[in-house]
Amino acid sequence: MQFGIFTVGDVTADPTTGRTPTEHERIKATVAIAKKAEEVGLDVFATGEHHNPPFIASNPTATLAYIGAQTERIILSTATTLITTTDPVLIAEDYAKIQHLTDGRVDLMMGRGNTGPVYPWFGKDIRDGINLAVENYALLRRLWDEDVVNWEGKYRTPLQGYTSTPRPLDGVAPFVWHGSIRSPEIAEQAAYYGDGFFHNHIFWPAGHTKQMVDLYRRRFEHYGHGAYDEAIVGLGGQFFMRKNSQDAVNEFRPYFDNAPVYGHGPSLEDFTEATPLTVGSPQQVLERTLGFREYVGDYQRQLFLLDHAGLPLKTVLEQLDLLGELLPELRKGMAEGRPANVPDAPTHASLVAAAGGAHDSTVYAEADSATGHRAEDAEVTA
Amino acid sequence: MTKLVVISAGLSVPSSTRLLADRLTAGTVEALEDVEVTHVELRDLAHQVTDQLLTGFPGAELAAAQDAVRAADGLIVVTPVFSASYSGLFKSFFDVLETGLLDGKPVLVAATAGTARHSLVLEHALRPLFAYLHAVVVPTGVFAASEDFAGTDLDARVSRAAGELALLMGKVSSVDSAVSVRRTTQDEFAEPTPFEQLLRQASGR
Repeated sequence: MQFGIFTVGDVTADPTTGRTPTEHERIKATVAIAKKAEEVGLDVFATGEHHNPPFIASNPTATLAYIGAQTERIILSTATTLITTTDPVLIAEDYAKIQHLTDGRVDLMMGRGNTGPVYPWFGKDIRDGINLAVENYALLRRLWDEDVVNWEGKYRTPLQGYTSTPRPLDGVAPFVWHGSIRSPEIAEQAAYYGDGFFHNHIFWPAGHTKQMVDLYRRRFEHYGHGAYDEAIVGLGGQFFMRKNSQDAVNEFRPYFDNAPVYGHGPSLEDFTEATPLTVGSPQQVLERTLGFREYVGDYQRQLFLLDHAGLPLKTVLEQLDLLGELLPELRKGMAEGRPANVPDAPTHASLVAAAGGAHDSTVYAEADSATGHRAEDAEVTA
Repeated sequence: MTKLVVISAGLSVPSSTRLLADRLTAGTVEALEDVEVTHVELRDLAHQVTDQLLTGFPGAELAAAQDAVRAADGLIVVTPVFSASYSGLFKSFFDVLETGLLDGKPVLVAATAGTARHSLVLEHALRPLFAYLHAVVVPTGVFAASEDFAGTDLDARVSRAAGELALLMGKVSSVDSAVSVRRTTQDEFAEPTPFEQLLRQASGR
């Protein structure tokens, strides 16, 4: 069972002081948070992807590589990678490269995005959202799994004899999760490929999450990737904790009341009852989190959203310390009663083992007449 | 069992909007053989409707109302006229309803206002809204100004609209309460209305 954090990198005013961090401060804070996540023993840090203010999590590859260079153990992931508007050829290249740079410490979560104008900004039509996710991902898979790709589709210029470089590390592509809050088609897509399915979980009631995960598990089994309870499930989560639960409520309330997503709507009490948000003591966070299994089954990855709604960096780091202290009990609780056939989340090491061991995936291409291996070769043939 | 859902957006208690909704409901129940009625008072759901606008998911009571709409064989929807249209709360309830939920459902539209000057709101606001939502709007809409609660004209209109809705919803218990067909000029040539009847009608029965 993996535990981690995910962030969308919102630049939001702290409602208690009125101060909004600069983009520079927020970007640096993101790195500090990721390093702290590794320090307190978490397994995953994920970020991405919005292409508009007030977010700093545009294409997150540079941030992930930078964090990768300053950490040793934590898995880097995305939350999410916009498979709709990002060229799958660039995704194939970028994440294969981060795989090499971080020795396989990377996976991805695909998403469609929720800012309408992003589609036209990148030359797409929002009404094609699902179709783009389906076609682009099918191409991405081939770019990773096949050395030479001939491809023609509806949304991208065709490819002839194309090799995406670098080839995936050890001949094994990064593991992929598909994230969706409410589109059954995406659960179906994850199941078809035997990929992971991640439900954001934090904005909607548990019954909805349960329904999406159940669909994914049923279809995972249908496509022959394993039993219902062997499908690879990830969940979001959200908490704010202090030793004394009333302190947590008092401190978090102004952030909740003014939060970009649900602020000025339901009360903190109504929202904590309807969704997984837990504001209280570490014991309350522990019990609530261990309860998620009751409606989605034993699962593989739990990511928490901690740095949002204008919470200052200092507070976020304190939350990470508290989460670190809680981790042994979370791990112990999740292991209790977990059937032996429920797998762990795939990692680079496990995928390599499943593929029968590492092999050099480099494509040693023949010299072509235009460029040759060396400049002088090209000159001779030109 | 036929399922009828009545959505009423009046804000005061008691409200003339609810009074009109009740009369339309009684007329429809009378015309149908076996009907189960669910009333949805939007005032009680106002907070949850706003919350769903902001969070994207319904609270428990609003979710129950939406499930009732999903299962309904027909709807009666009644709104007060605010600023020359349906009320914002009325519109918001349909704004947060899942796309496709009203496809092909018979809907009787009705509205209340202080004066008859607003009566075309049915045709200019409600009918286009429900046409957009792919509902089947019954031909007769019912508008009631305050003064209409005094006369008997409203009764005739209520029973005609209720009969039309009942016909679209399925089984009808009595033909009388169903749609009355208006006489054409050709009907008059074929079988003229006896003058005694014209005299009675001219002086209001």
